[in-house]
Amino acid sequence: MTPFTTHTGLAVPLDRANVDTDQIIPKQFLKSIRRTGFGDNLFDAWRYHDEGDMGKTPNDREINSDFILNVPRYQGASVLLARENFGCGSSREHAVWALSEFGFRCVIAPSFADIFSNNCFKNGVLPIVLAEAEVVALFDRALAGEDVQVAVDLAAQTVSSGDAVYGFDITEQRKHSLLNGLDEIGATLAQAESIKTFEGSYKQRRPWTFLRDV
Amino acid sequence: MAQTLYDKIWQDHLVTEQEDGSALLYIDQQLLHEVTSPQAFEGLRLADRSVWRIAGNLATPDHNVPTDPKERETGIAGITDLIARTQVSTLDDNCRAFNIEQYDIHDKRQGIVHVMGPEQGATLPGMTIVCGDSHTSTHGAFAALAQGIGTSEVEHVLASQCLLQRKTKNLAVRISGELGHGVYAKDLVLKIIGELGTAGATGHTIEFMGEAIRNLSMEGRMTVCNMAIEAGARAGLVAFDDVTAAYVKGRPLAPSGELWDQALAYWRTLHSDADAVFDTQHSIDVTNMAPQVSWGTSPEMVVAIDGVVPEPVGAKEEGIRNACTYMDLQPGQKMTSIELDRIFIGSCTNARIEDIRVAAQVAKGRKVASSITQAMVVPGSGLVKAQAEEEGLAQILVDAGFEWRAPGCSMCLAMNADKLQPGEHCASTSNRNFEGRQGHNGRTHLVSPATAAAAAIAGHFVDSREFV
Repeated sequence: MTPFTTHTGLAVPLDRANVDTDQIIPKQFLKSIRRTGFGDNLFDAWRYHDEGDMGKTPNDREINSDFILNVPRYQGASVLLARENFGCGSSREHAVWALSEFGFRCVIAPSFADIFSNNCFKNGVLPIVLAEAEVVALFDRALAGEDVQVAVDLAAQTVSSGDAVYGFDITEQRKHSLLNGLDEIGATLAQAESIKTFEGSYKQRRPWTFLRDV
Repeated sequence: MAQTLYDKIWQDHLVTEQEDGSALLYIDQQLLHEVTSPQAFEGLRLADRSVWRIAGNLATPDHNVPTDPKERETGIAGITDLIARTQVSTLDDNCRAFNIEQYDIHDKRQGIVHVMGPEQGATLPGMTIVCGDSHTSTHGAFAALAQGIGTSEVEHVLASQCLLQRKTKNLAVRISGELGHGVYAKDLVLKIIGELGTAGATGHTIEFMGEAIRNLSMEGRMTVCNMAIEAGARAGLVAFDDVTAAYVKGRPLAPSGELWDQALAYWRTLHSDADAVFDTQHSIDVTNMAPQVSWGTSPEMVVAIDGVVPEPVGAKEEGIRNACTYMDLQPGQKMTSIELDRIFIGSCTNARIEDIRVAAQVAKGRKVASSITQAMVVPGSGLVKAQAEEEGLAQILVDAGFEWRAPGCSMCLAMNADKLQPGEHCASTSNRNFEGRQGHNGRTHLVSPATAAAAAIAGHFVDSREFV
């Protein structure tokens, strides 16, 4: 996984609550068996006027120039500023792959849906929960026309922007994992003995769970 | 210390726990399908890892399979969408390569993972179950801790049979009163989501409790738990009781004989202790509750069938305004004035035999309105399909003008050819009414099978209690 230590970038305000993963990456792109190739279709139904499908390139598409990601001043933005319950709905990790491939390293919101937030951590994308008032303050500045630059320091657990410094929470395990770009499966398998020991006693306790094992 | 049902299942599967609360949780059963597994298998291959416990996994293709009976006749070779065909055959290849059992496209047991698992007895009480699909919460109806996960987590479970996570909070949703005639589990869960809101249960596991839940069949309980995720909860639960035992007994993968007795003794403990403390509580009385219908673009945007589109006021003003624009509805407009273009009866929410029976009951001796472009019924599995045909339900539906399809996820998420055209309104028994969910610029209304079937007959929404 790509490590995340610090990141500085322009924040683009997506002023909408309850953005679901069907909006982040519509279903027709989920037919892919790869982890890449989703960036051009991030927010597809909002970014383009025509219906997207696999194989169509942005050059073939009718760009919706009103959509915030298409506004010239936000080209190259790498921080997504979002409203509450971002990433709700489908568990599709493709949503995070699309955000990451588009260039977003972190998403700031007052709240995230659980599965989406989890998926972010597995892909080196940092979902940062700030207090409602702090997110509102960032939105107010951006919507008033300011280019809101944001500096994220994961080790310090801070988001700095303008004169403000906001703190955020993260579990030690996730922080460690992101800072070091850890292979989580490798880390779990380092505990293989514990898993085997558990499995052995669990099998004694709940043998009917192992009926299909030979 | 008194424990909730969630606490009990969590504790029973806890392998290790760190000081920050991060835990390794042992997973009994992983269900796999074609859409969220290919990258996980690829990851295993790239890292040269093997599957930890082969029998801890069970696969079936569902999201992408065609439901047109003709297209299905020749199996994978008949899938006309070549990209979809590749995805379904990739599941075949991966299951073969890793020796994982699959009910493939030709198998009678093939179906929507969340219909197939319980039907086969792969879903058992007290289990931890995961699947790369958010509606895995369905299996919580069996007092199993069932959660939707992302593809990286699918890979993690394949490799280690464990999930890395922290414990959620406990939320009790207590439902009092009895559902009236012609009011179903789907109406109940829509009502609950309307009250909790789409993020109301984020960070929680919901336990659905109370008289109305105890009176539901297992299929009804599955419908309720299925949509726990639409209130933000990764998992929903219902305590074990005689209804659960009766459903599980005799299923192909369920224990029998002495092992059944042993399992049953344990399963009887799968309920929250009387004095268990929940972090959050919500109570609802369903006496006199009418059938429910969603009007907007979030599952929380729900009103009674005799209700109207709400005014854009309060904290959600902008969301209501956006949804009205997308849905082409006016505040104050009666739900019964909404004319439908398509009807979809299916999905992991409502594609089981009881759902088909209700639809057939409404359709019997009636005709789909001529203004309806398409009304389709998509059974949840090959076995549901066979049973509905044997009971004569399929014929009743076909005689009324419904299309009778082959099993799959179909128009719930419209990955295959079953989809809405721009601007069309659909009465759908599925679980999500997000923008474009059932097709680009399509407009979805979430309802019960009875309401969907009645809307097909009337051509517009109508109180289905008049039909059953």
